[in-house]
Amino acid sequence: MEFPTRYDVIVVGGGHAGTEAALASARSGAETLLVTQNIETLGQMSCNPAIGGIGKSHLVKEIDALGGAMGLAADAAGIHFRTLNARKGPAVRATRAQADRQLYRAAIRNILENQQNLQIFQQSVDDLIVDGDKIAGVITSGNIHFRASQVVLTVGTFLGGIIHVGQEKREGGRAGDAPSNKLAARLRELPFQVGRLKTGTPPRIDGKSVNFEGLETQPGEDPRPTMSFLGNTDMHPDQVACHITYTSELTHDIIRAGLDRSPLFTGEIDGVGPRYCPSIEDKVVRFSDRTSHQIFIEPEGLNTHELYPNGISTSLPFDVQIDLVQSIKGFENAAITRPGYAIEYDFFEPRDLKSSLETKYLNGLYFAGQINGTTGYEEAAAQGLIAGINAARAAKDFEAWCPKRDEAYIGVLIDDLITMGTKEPYRMFTSRAEYRLILRQDNADRRLTEIGREMGLVDDARWQRYSEKLELINARATNLQKQFCQPGDAVESYLEQSLNREYSLADLLRRPNVAIMPLLENLGIDWPDYEVNEQIEIDLKYEGYIERQNMEIERVQAQSGVLLPADLDYAQIPGMSNEVRQKLIDVQPENIGQASRISGVTPAAISLLLVYLKKTKQLPERKKA
Amino acid sequence: MYSQDTIAAVATPPGKGGVGIVRVSGSLAAAIGEQVTDKTLLPRQATFCDFKDQNQELIDQGLAIFFVGPASFTGEDVLELQGHGGPVVMTLLLNHVISLGARLARPGEFSERAYLNGKIDLAQAEAVADLIDSSTQAAAKGALRSLKGEFSAQVNHIAEEILRLRIFTEAAIDFPEEEIDFLSDAGFQDGVAKLRQQLGTLLKQSTAGALLREGLTLVLAGQPNAGKSSLMNRLVGEETSIVTSVPGTTRDVIRQQISLDGIPLKLVDTAGLRDTEDEIEQEGVRRAKKEVAEADGVLVLIDAANNRNWQTAANEILASIPESLDAVVILNKIDLLDEVLSVPEGYAHPVVGLSAKTGDGLDLLTSLLKEEFALGLVPESPFISRSRHTQALKRTDAHVERGILELETQAAGELFAEELKLAHQALCEITGEFSSDDLLGEIFSSFCIGK
Repeated sequence: MEFPTRYDVIVVGGGHAGTEAALASARSGAETLLVTQNIETLGQMSCNPAIGGIGKSHLVKEIDALGGAMGLAADAAGIHFRTLNARKGPAVRATRAQADRQLYRAAIRNILENQQNLQIFQQSVDDLIVDGDKIAGVITSGNIHFRASQVVLTVGTFLGGIIHVGQEKREGGRAGDAPSNKLAARLRELPFQVGRLKTGTPPRIDGKSVNFEGLETQPGEDPRPTMSFLGNTDMHPDQVACHITYTSELTHDIIRAGLDRSPLFTGEIDGVGPRYCPSIEDKVVRFSDRTSHQIFIEPEGLNTHELYPNGISTSLPFDVQIDLVQSIKGFENAAITRPGYAIEYDFFEPRDLKSSLETKYLNGLYFAGQINGTTGYEEAAAQGLIAGINAARAAKDFEAWCPKRDEAYIGVLIDDLITMGTKEPYRMFTSRAEYRLILRQDNADRRLTEIGREMGLVDDARWQRYSEKLELINARATNLQKQFCQPGDAVESYLEQSLNREYSLADLLRRPNVAIMPLLENLGIDWPDYEVNEQIEIDLKYEGYIERQNMEIERVQAQSGVLLPADLDYAQIPGMSNEVRQKLIDVQPENIGQASRISGVTPAAISLLLVYLKKTKQLPERKKA
Repeated sequence: MYSQDTIAAVATPPGKGGVGIVRVSGSLAAAIGEQVTDKTLLPRQATFCDFKDQNQELIDQGLAIFFVGPASFTGEDVLELQGHGGPVVMTLLLNHVISLGARLARPGEFSERAYLNGKIDLAQAEAVADLIDSSTQAAAKGALRSLKGEFSAQVNHIAEEILRLRIFTEAAIDFPEEEIDFLSDAGFQDGVAKLRQQLGTLLKQSTAGALLREGLTLVLAGQPNAGKSSLMNRLVGEETSIVTSVPGTTRDVIRQQISLDGIPLKLVDTAGLRDTEDEIEQEGVRRAKKEVAEADGVLVLIDAANNRNWQTAANEILASIPESLDAVVILNKIDLLDEVLSVPEGYAHPVVGLSAKTGDGLDLLTSLLKEEFALGLVPESPFISRSRHTQALKRTDAHVERGILELETQAAGELFAEELKLAHQALCEITGEFSSDDLLGEIFSSFCIGK
């Protein structure tokens, strides 16, 4: 049946990518349809019940600054908050929330249902409507034809998903859900390069059967951080503690004895798994000298006893899983509620995407999330947001937008994917960002709220609060430049040092051991809003480094902003090795900067490229900042 | 494999030489080789053949060697025609090669192609340039060593050490919840100390290498009024020292840069080495001794006219010179002698007789200097390096130092990481290899990471 309403944008999938895509598209003013297999699982956390972490909370706060849902949902569902790297500098500090799965789903669904311009429809998508080189809509399992000029696919691990537990394997998109095989078959007919990845989860445990006595307890952070710029601790539900336990030598013996039935080691699984999140059998084999491995016990929610033992992801047979779990301290009598499993799934070569996340082969079709080879809720949500923004912009004939590597972790994520592709499930780390001192979680709002506002993603409430904060930062920063301390002033007692001349308060704050709050207190200055004062402090402490990174950004921008024409015939460039030429043809970089980041593309090749562009008079154009 | 045009040039220095080489690089190299030699050249084999022009007239005879790209100097197909040198023959051969489709290479274009094709890194490419215009054979030795990548190898070694520390640092930042604290690991602490030490050593060597490019320093030493200043003036060709017949006239140290058939030599004229009561004279002697200590070699000048037993006089002076320094004994004022002085068999130093006043025997001295000092006296400074290298090493060192300070005073792991990254970049400027390093890959293969 031909559905009567024509949408601007259709989003397929209701996970973290799909929901952010649908919300961003609708917020941008596009008539948007979200099609999901199951409305009940909108915003489902398929892996561990936590949002954020190193590199990831950076993404969440960027999504939040652009009006996304993830940060607010994490605040509504967070039952345990931690600040990571608290003792290292602010640039690498991160926030992580353990989330109650039910509360998280409820929060996401609530935001979706209250979003203007957004319709939700439950049915699986089996086919795409293609018109020449353009997408034209989707066909559902109920043979309903939905038409739209832009379609965002966020189908996660559901394409050709195969679940392994020991030597048992079956098709599935996630334990308990069916895979999207028809859609997978359809996509394989299109000229996309398909790869195979693998990920896994640990067995879940019934908390009633766990003996917590003697286990390390990890309480939440005090003072408790929040995830969203608009969040506050009053929004948080009741807080609980997490626990830590360890595998034993016995555990490792049990695992070794079961390896002959492990699909990872029998060659049953071809997909490549993430190196930073290895299965327990992998850890035991690769690091055989280790006598124990840490397990972080995460609560699944406030209204359930189920626990998520993070650190023992496994696809060993169920009988081995029981033995290995019960060999762990505190788990001696543990009952497993769901077996651990490994899942293999299709992903599409992300180098076939533009920075808008639109595919290069089919206009109007966007990919976001695990389909692009990433892992993690935050990575998926970030891509969904960008795909949703760009689908909506394309529907209105606006130019595509993606933050650059120096503007956001989202930019790093997408540039990495479309430039280098990935061989394993891609996860964000701070070390992937070359401008790490600028891309901080604490200044995500300052980096992105304005551009978000321009694109219609930021509502009045957020904009007003942001504007007030910015105004306060500027006023106080100026104030600190203008207030001076003299030798003999009382502040010397705080500095534990006498002043040899007059110093502005800003000067004092540049000193390594001077912190803003105690300094203000000592001076009797009552400035509430720690986030405001913190920004001033960080700006001053990092001043030299930030200046240097800004200069670097300008320098790189001058070179790398040189646009490469989409129809550039790399075969015509003389002197380039076939290997490099092939890589450039594969990626078709958008500019010199992206070209230079392709692995194997040497500076010499870039010179050749530049020389060629110059020779053919295609060089001068510069991308606008 | 490569589609760049074909270039050719005479690869040996202009002038008369034993061997002259015409080098050809590019896709036409094989075809040109066959047409010039009328033979099928096997890759990497020297074939003796006639080099003939388009009229089948003989130009020269010699060896032809063909290299198939990318296993060649430039990474392209390369042909080398080694003939008998001489400007006329080389020009004829080159013209013929060009008539067969090659074009004349721009200066340094072979190295440029080698660089563009990734055969050599930037440091090596500069060493090629140095090899080409290196004006001393000793420098050529240094250039050769650098070309083989010895300097690059040491730089890379330090880069690896920095990378290793970065792995620890980044692991500490991105995986703070692992059971090990990477930054208090003993391997990390040792590494920091080792890195600073290695950087210091390389910095010293690099500075020495830079000096080598500027040539050798030779000190003129000898009795007062033995004719040091006269000799120097003769060599330099203009009056720079005050030459009088009063002993001890030269009180200041005088330096002159001369070129001996293209060999850069720095000559230092010193006050005579003699005991004296005169304070100013004493100062001159002190300076002379210092110059001798810092020199690459010494020219011991004897007034042969007034020292019939020149060996005694020479030995006196040689006794005040460190044994590690090579010396040449010059017997001056032979124009005032009526007999030929004899040199005993097996005498420890080369001896040359001349007259600084008339210029007699000066040619003997210059050929002796070329022979002795160009090869024998050069300290084995390991590299030809440019001040660019030294600057980059200094910046690397400064970043490492600043990073350690940030780490120690503020426990600022992220700033230490930043400084290490900058140090890494500064170091990579030397070799021109800005590899996007796979830090995460290294972390995962080094540590058991992940829940």
